[in-house]
Amino acid sequence: MLRYVGQRLLQGAFVLWAAYTVSFFILYLLPGDAVSIMASGDEQNAVDPALVAKLRSEYGLDRPLYEQYFIALGRALQLDFGISIKNGVAATRSVAEVLPETIKLAAAGFALAVLLGSALATAATFSRNPWVRQALGSLPPLGIAVPTFWIGLLLLQLFSFRLRLFPAIGNDGAASIVLPALTLAIPTAAVIAQLLSRSLRQTLGEPYIEQVRAKGASEALINFGHALRNAAIPTLTMLGILVGNLLAGAVVSETVFSRAGIGRLTVTAVNSRDIPVVQTLVVLAAVIFVVTSLVVDLIYPLVDPRINIGKTAKA
Amino acid sequence: MSQQLLRETDPDLLAAEYPGPAASSEEFPAAPENPRWSGAAGHILRLLQQTARQSLRQPGLFLAVLVLGTTLLWAAVPAAFTSWPPDTGIPADRLLPPSATHWFGTDSLGRDLFSRVVHGSATSLAATAVAVAVGLVAGSALGLLAGFVRGWVDDAIMRLMDVLLAIPSLLLSLALITVLGFGTVNIAIAVGVASVANFARIMRSESLRVGTAVYVEAARSAGVRWHTILLRHVLPNAAGPVLALSALEFGAAVLSISSLSFLGFGAPPPASEWGSLVAGGRDYLVAAWWLVTLPGAVIAAVVLSANRISHAFQTRTSR
Amino acid sequence: MTASTAAPAGAPLLTVEELKVSYLVDGEPQPAVQGVSFQVYAGEVVAIVGESGSGKTTTAHSIINLLPGNARRDSGKVLFGGADLTRLMRKEWQNVRGKDIGLIPQDPTASLDPLQRVGEQVAESLTIHRIQPKKAAREAAVRLLEESGIRDAAARARQYPHQFSGGMRQRVLIAAALAARPRLVIADEPTSALDVTVQRQILDNIAALTAERGTAVLLITHDLGVAADRADRIIVMRQGVVVEQGPTASVLTNPQDGYTRSLIAAAPGLSPRRLRRTVSPISPASAGDSPVAGKTPGARPPLVEAAGLRKVFSLPRAAGSARTITAVDGVSLDIRKGETLALVGESGSGKSTVARLLLRLEKPSGGSVLFDGQDLATARGENLRLLRRRFQVVFQSPFASLDPRFSVSDSIAEPLRAFAEGSPGEQRGRVAELLDAVQLPAGFARRLPAELSGGQRQRVAIARALALRPDLVVLDEAVSALDVSVQAQILDLLAGLQERDGLSYLFISHDLAVVQQISDRVAVMRAGKLVELGATAEILGNPAHEYTRQLISAIPGRQVLAV
Repeated sequence: MLRYVGQRLLQGAFVLWAAYTVSFFILYLLPGDAVSIMASGDEQNAVDPALVAKLRSEYGLDRPLYEQYFIALGRALQLDFGISIKNGVAATRSVAEVLPETIKLAAAGFALAVLLGSALATAATFSRNPWVRQALGSLPPLGIAVPTFWIGLLLLQLFSFRLRLFPAIGNDGAASIVLPALTLAIPTAAVIAQLLSRSLRQTLGEPYIEQVRAKGASEALINFGHALRNAAIPTLTMLGILVGNLLAGAVVSETVFSRAGIGRLTVTAVNSRDIPVVQTLVVLAAVIFVVTSLVVDLIYPLVDPRINIGKTAKA
Repeated sequence: MSQQLLRETDPDLLAAEYPGPAASSEEFPAAPENPRWSGAAGHILRLLQQTARQSLRQPGLFLAVLVLGTTLLWAAVPAAFTSWPPDTGIPADRLLPPSATHWFGTDSLGRDLFSRVVHGSATSLAATAVAVAVGLVAGSALGLLAGFVRGWVDDAIMRLMDVLLAIPSLLLSLALITVLGFGTVNIAIAVGVASVANFARIMRSESLRVGTAVYVEAARSAGVRWHTILLRHVLPNAAGPVLALSALEFGAAVLSISSLSFLGFGAPPPASEWGSLVAGGRDYLVAAWWLVTLPGAVIAAVVLSANRISHAFQTRTSR
Repeated sequence: MTASTAAPAGAPLLTVEELKVSYLVDGEPQPAVQGVSFQVYAGEVVAIVGESGSGKTTTAHSIINLLPGNARRDSGKVLFGGADLTRLMRKEWQNVRGKDIGLIPQDPTASLDPLQRVGEQVAESLTIHRIQPKKAAREAAVRLLEESGIRDAAARARQYPHQFSGGMRQRVLIAAALAARPRLVIADEPTSALDVTVQRQILDNIAALTAERGTAVLLITHDLGVAADRADRIIVMRQGVVVEQGPTASVLTNPQDGYTRSLIAAAPGLSPRRLRRTVSPISPASAGDSPVAGKTPGARPPLVEAAGLRKVFSLPRAAGSARTITAVDGVSLDIRKGETLALVGESGSGKSTVARLLLRLEKPSGGSVLFDGQDLATARGENLRLLRRRFQVVFQSPFASLDPRFSVSDSIAEPLRAFAEGSPGEQRGRVAELLDAVQLPAGFARRLPAELSGGQRQRVAIARALALRPDLVVLDEAVSALDVSVQAQILDLLAGLQERDGLSYLFISHDLAVVQQISDRVAVMRAGKLVELGATAEILGNPAHEYTRQLISAIPGRQVLAV
């Protein structure tokens, strides 16, 4: 068990290191001169040569490549990703300040997505009425195809401006989170529904389901006692990427609803070409992916007895 | 962006759902097909032909082909679809709701919205095509290399792809835009690079699948050279799923590009890219619902159609 | 379950009357069962025998209404204990299935819920029908598992299906099917996915348990030998109709229908015969020496000599503590010019790995392979490719071994193109010649694999293997996936081609009955090691090793022959 966890931790550390390295190469080495990009900032025309020189020595960009990389990596290990160009505070601090807001939003969105998605999948697969199956089955492809920002704007139009049920913008109170969370949840729910219903359909065709039916089991026992559990497993493995995508969804959702959060921070950072902040966000995304995957890996053996930790299965 | 998940699972789920060639029943042989075309190109042509034929029987698929065909025509000959100019408006006609004269209504400067959507499709679709091409070429090459050479090359390439998959594609695109700068071409490249991992994964799994197929084994033991095997067996048989993914990625790229241009990283204003059209309507949510709703609906229809066509490719090739 | 004497009296337990079932394929109904009638009496064992596409499984599944979604019962009645099952509603079916009629499935590896403990899966048969409360059912399940021949049942009941072998899983499924004491059990090819020695144990287990309870058995099988051993009565089906039915003895000894006769003739276990004369291990020049198998001076020159072959596979790290598995462990054998060497073993014995080592599709971890004096184990690159033209292979699956996009002539000509043998015109001529040799019409050249039957595809694969006029053809379970009648045709073809071209065969098989027909010498493998090697008649008639004896006694149909 310990070895299993250790192995997974090691893998996670590798992904984080690789994500940091990839982002370092993209952000600092690819442009040739990151400093002039940063200094040029928001379409400012004149680049202040003094500022460039100051930044250059501050980032150590006048040294050889490998040295730059190792210095940066060493700092990153101490959670130092550099100073934000925009407001002069540490990049990690500007991210940490707004992170709780996004976590709230993402958690609400995720809960909503799991609820909606699995309800839709089970209803669409288990219903005996072919019309209901057809109608519900056409929803997930639709949910996947609509742009997230459009969903947000339509919700805003309908619920905030027409019906005046929820505030249009801001972070104040529980009501302000409903529409952004729904915006975030709809595409994710569609993906969950699509994956789960596909997996359910496949599971229902398995010989062991026929065998349960041959024992005289009711449809309810077949569906909820056997099929759903088996079908949920492939969906569970996608959790890591699903959660990562919530982060991407937050970029759009927070922009539409003008909420503070790391999504909005991403947009402003890209806009002002604030490389230290962008890199922090990329690495944060990798951290979230790694942590979720680790949690899934640890839950997995509890759900699926075939995954055996530590001991070998008897043939 | 949530499409990443679907691409992810497609190869595995498909393989499980359709057990491959063995599934074709002995009792009911498939209709004779023209075996004269060979190679990957011939295979793709045949696939397109079959899909076209299939679409006549399936109204949903037919509609999808129709939608995508229409938008392609918009991009090619916009003037044939609308007589309104996209960039000059009549100030007196500002914020008119949809009507027979202005199908999608007009915007705050009195410009015809339908005309702006039609004229914007060239930019949007060209950017999409660039994105898919970048992902397809780079990803397929990497995937093929990994799947065919295997060993440490495979390990190195796929570990890198895993890392790219760990970062949500929109965020990856945004990071690239930070250094590449704004503009339509740059967001197209950024979106394309973010999709490389998906193409690499499917191309690798396909070339592994085909590469370990019994008929390839048979060819190998018959003394066929490896490059002949690659060219005559692996590529043509892997082409179908890759094509299906391309269609899916086309839809995903439309979404990503419109999202990025909605966020303001695309071409600067007068240009009428689909995402920026929606963004432009944000300030008139109460007064002019059509400014956001209708261009958004066009995007959704195009993505839905691309996904539907991708699905048709998948079921075709898995037979 | 031995052949009973008189026809049972009284009302039949199960009556199937003029049953017609069709499948909807691309919107067109395709008839699968066309008017089948038969009866099963209480306590009786009835076997339905037929090849693929005969409608035997469809018939069985219509009895308990478990047909796939695209199947439809067009007409006919199914009476069970006097009640018409075809009129039952969904809820009513739940009281029949499991309680009155049990089902033992085809594929035990896929028929248990992987997430549920096996004890619970057996107990479920009882709790569903409220025969026993949960706790009592769990205890009953342990007893049932014990009866089914699972040792240490109390502990094993708490394990999950993946911890059981295929044969053990089938025992679990038998326990579950019989738990509620149904009056009829449908056993749908219960052993076709299992090894021969396990097959016999499972059939014995079903026989013992059902005889004890007086349960009637409807045994669905493609193997006439199995039916002959186990059934009181046999029903022979072909293309959706019953061609013959009657007591086992009379069907086997006095078949009325031509198809039944051909099935009996084709069943290797029932009618042992040699397809060709045995190749003497002695070359004609030294005919005076004693005909002892093995390395006699003056024996026919060996074409392939393998010594101390070893193959170790490393497992992916996730698989647990064992990092490597030795698939082949110190195997030495030789194949002589013009002979057929059979390599026999059950799944996992390493026989296919040996074939792949001899074909140099895998690199041996140890030992040597000499092909006509040249070392194969170290050959590589172009040298190896040039050697490959002298040994070719035919694989088991006729579906997977042809590229679905290659026409028949493309597939057959592929080796010719690889070695640039002749002009395109000459290649076409050679393809026509080969099609003729494997007895396929010339018009087949332009067809795609999807348009061919399994037997036809296997003929194409044989033609491809012969294209370069090799010295050795490795037949890796080449007839195992085929129906018996097709199998017999392919074996005839192979024997004829060998005689004509003086080929050597390495014939990999799990089926001793087939091996008996075609091979000159037999090598028996178990768990990666060679157990026994010698002349066919000697090994089969007088096996030295206990394992070989087990294999031989497991051949279905032998019990009938012995009578």
